[in-house]
Amino acid sequence: MSHLGPGKASTSVNGKDQILPAIGGPGGGGGSSSSSGGALRYPSNGKTIYHRPLNRSKTSELSQASFAYLFSEMVSYAQRRVTGIQELEKRLNLQGHPIGLKLLDLLLIREPPRSQTRPLNIITLLHFIKINLWMHLFGRQADRLEKSSDAATPDEYMIIDNEPLVNAYISVPKEMSQLNCAAFVAGIIEGVCDGAVFPARVTAHSVGGKEEGEMWPGKTVFLVKFQPEVLEREALIGKG
Amino acid sequence: MSYYFAIIGTQDNPLFEYEFGTSKQGGDGQPRFTEQARHLNQFILHSSLDIVEEVQWTNGQLYLKVLDKFFNNYISCFMTGSGAKFLLLHQPTAGPGSGGSAAAASGLGGASSSISASASASSSSSSSRNSTSIGANPTSPQTEEAIKNFFAEVYENYTKAIMSPFYKVNMEIRSPVFRQRVAAAGRKYL
Repeated sequence: MSHLGPGKASTSVNGKDQILPAIGGPGGGGGSSSSSGGALRYPSNGKTIYHRPLNRSKTSELSQASFAYLFSEMVSYAQRRVTGIQELEKRLNLQGHPIGLKLLDLLLIREPPRSQTRPLNIITLLHFIKINLWMHLFGRQADRLEKSSDAATPDEYMIIDNEPLVNAYISVPKEMSQLNCAAFVAGIIEGVCDGAVFPARVTAHSVGGKEEGEMWPGKTVFLVKFQPEVLEREALIGKG
Repeated sequence: MSYYFAIIGTQDNPLFEYEFGTSKQGGDGQPRFTEQARHLNQFILHSSLDIVEEVQWTNGQLYLKVLDKFFNNYISCFMTGSGAKFLLLHQPTAGPGSGGSAAAASGLGGASSSISASASASSSSSSSRNSTSIGANPTSPQTEEAIKNFFAEVYENYTKAIMSPFYKVNMEIRSPVFRQRVAAAGRKYL
């Protein structure tokens, strides 16, 4: 990306004919606005995204039925043109990733100013995910947080949800028993981790339903595997 | 007193920039950077990114206060949760109006001695008033509070900007409404 000249009209980064939201408009930077692309269009009620408050957590609950409907469409959309379950999960993961990136800032700004801090180590980040992110998405905390007990994989952490909301109305056929559609949620978690500069791979695994009469047949483990540089930095910060 | 504000993305890429002047003490809100200083500002601002990267892991606060100083240029930083940096370059003025920036530019090789001479002539009359202003002392609690409020307001609008489903990480922010909001925050606090 070229550097923006001082006060000049901003150079287009992504090409001129990209579809912009009504608020985006052509870049009118520093006085001289670009002439291409037509006039800026505002929504009919005159309210752009900037006129809306960020703190509307009270009335922000959505209908689970409509979510389930949309989510089933997302899964079948992802299912098109894929050859295997892994690829399908990858696509679901990619759908969730940008949501995580955006939620990180939204959730931070909704915190009371006193506790508005960036997560600096793995534990605070995972607590942020377990508590804040889960509360925002599902209205409750995640059920458990675990560190891998295997000494060979100190970079693996597990977030456990006994009953993922996204899987409530999903029945996986026998031949696809490896599939867990909570890969979408794994993508959101991965987005949060990446956004907070803790690059990680997050995958969703079903662990319930192995035994008869089990309490949580839909139990899902989100396996968070951090990149080696995260652990390296963690060790350095811990020393300092 | 002039300000240069920039938002830097996670790949050290500029997302947004804006120049403005103080609106306090009868300022007209216009930046008084010389043409040369404006180019230099970008260098000074970006060179502080190294320090930001060090400090960001020792201090979990979003607002990192004044991080860097280059002659008379002070850099304040605010780091968002998702790794974007808000950087504000401010030049405290010894005298009113353009005196400070012109003097700084001449110190860096600019030839604007006539301007700085006239400014310094008038500075003696109002220097006592300026010593309590936001601009006069960049590390005073009042200044830090004012900049903090400015950053907080920009952060709110930045969060709204990235909430747009069409916005991807590290995309340039081109919304004129966002620019207006930043300008309004600058007028209100600085």
